[in-house]
Amino acid sequence: MQSSLFQTSLPVAFGYIPLGMAFGVLLVGLGYDWWWAPVMGLVIYAGSAQFLAVSLLAAGAGAVDALVATLLLNLRHVFYGLTLLDRYRGLGGGKSYAIFGLTDETFSLLGGEPPREHDRRFVLGLTALNQGWWVIGCTVGALVGGSLPFSTQGLAFSLTALFAVLLVEQGKKTFRPGPMFGAALAATLCLIFLPGKYFLIASISLASLVLVLPSQRDRP
Amino acid sequence: MLLFILAMAGATQLTRFLPFWLPAAWLENRFVRTLRSGLPSVILLLLVVYSLKDTPVTQAPWGLPEALSLAVVVALHLWKQNALVSIAGGTALYMVLIQTGALKLLLGA
Repeated sequence: MQSSLFQTSLPVAFGYIPLGMAFGVLLVGLGYDWWWAPVMGLVIYAGSAQFLAVSLLAAGAGAVDALVATLLLNLRHVFYGLTLLDRYRGLGGGKSYAIFGLTDETFSLLGGEPPREHDRRFVLGLTALNQGWWVIGCTVGALVGGSLPFSTQGLAFSLTALFAVLLVEQGKKTFRPGPMFGAALAATLCLIFLPGKYFLIASISLASLVLVLPSQRDRP
Repeated sequence: MLLFILAMAGATQLTRFLPFWLPAAWLENRFVRTLRSGLPSVILLLLVVYSLKDTPVTQAPWGLPEALSLAVVVALHLWKQNALVSIAGGTALYMVLIQTGALKLLLGA
């Protein structure tokens, strides 16, 4: 039996509400008004990008840094869309919203699964429900964050953990030692020579170069 | 702040809509295919490093709370395969370790 829309979305709720709260807490911790958190949850709606936003804002980065870093961070979304090109073709008017709300988690629930009966309702409902959990988390975290009865020191580690979990997920799907070695090399070089806020842009560019060079050389 | 948010929203949406705009022939390009398969893991690895790059490793507790908590995250995830459990478990451990200074005490530093 297929699980209902709500049942399918529930694991995402358990992830999105505390993670959204962690984001809300971190954002108001930087001194921003609470309502910026739900605004970002509604307008940006990208978990790791919003955590990245916190570290960028904390580092005093500007809009251009944010744009480049977000593009690079979210480049993986391109591959989700590639997988869902056919399934999303049948969504009609709701297609734009489904693409707008295509997060890691929503993709993980849709990507490997065949379309369902009434698939349009399922895909759009799941996308909206998932974003609902996220916005609730952002709002609650930002509102209660400052008055939590315990210290939140170390809470930001949750984003390191988030990236590590996503990396493990990727590794289980497609582990290739070459690109990982290139990334480790790029990370080491950039830690030594460019450890500041451009670390990410520099190391990703360098690692991409390492990634594509062998395929260029092997070209027949 | 508004400009910052719009930049992130625009960039995010560009990455989400791009594949739906691409000409089909581009997707067969060797260069694109290589990047496609390799970049996601590469970026995630770099993000882990990025988020830990300011860890003080030359003084007690020498980055051990970070290393230990990260190992717990990965171990939990390989075992339970539940992102929330892995993230909450590792973060809780990290918060305890740095808030109590437990490792410093244990190491006698």
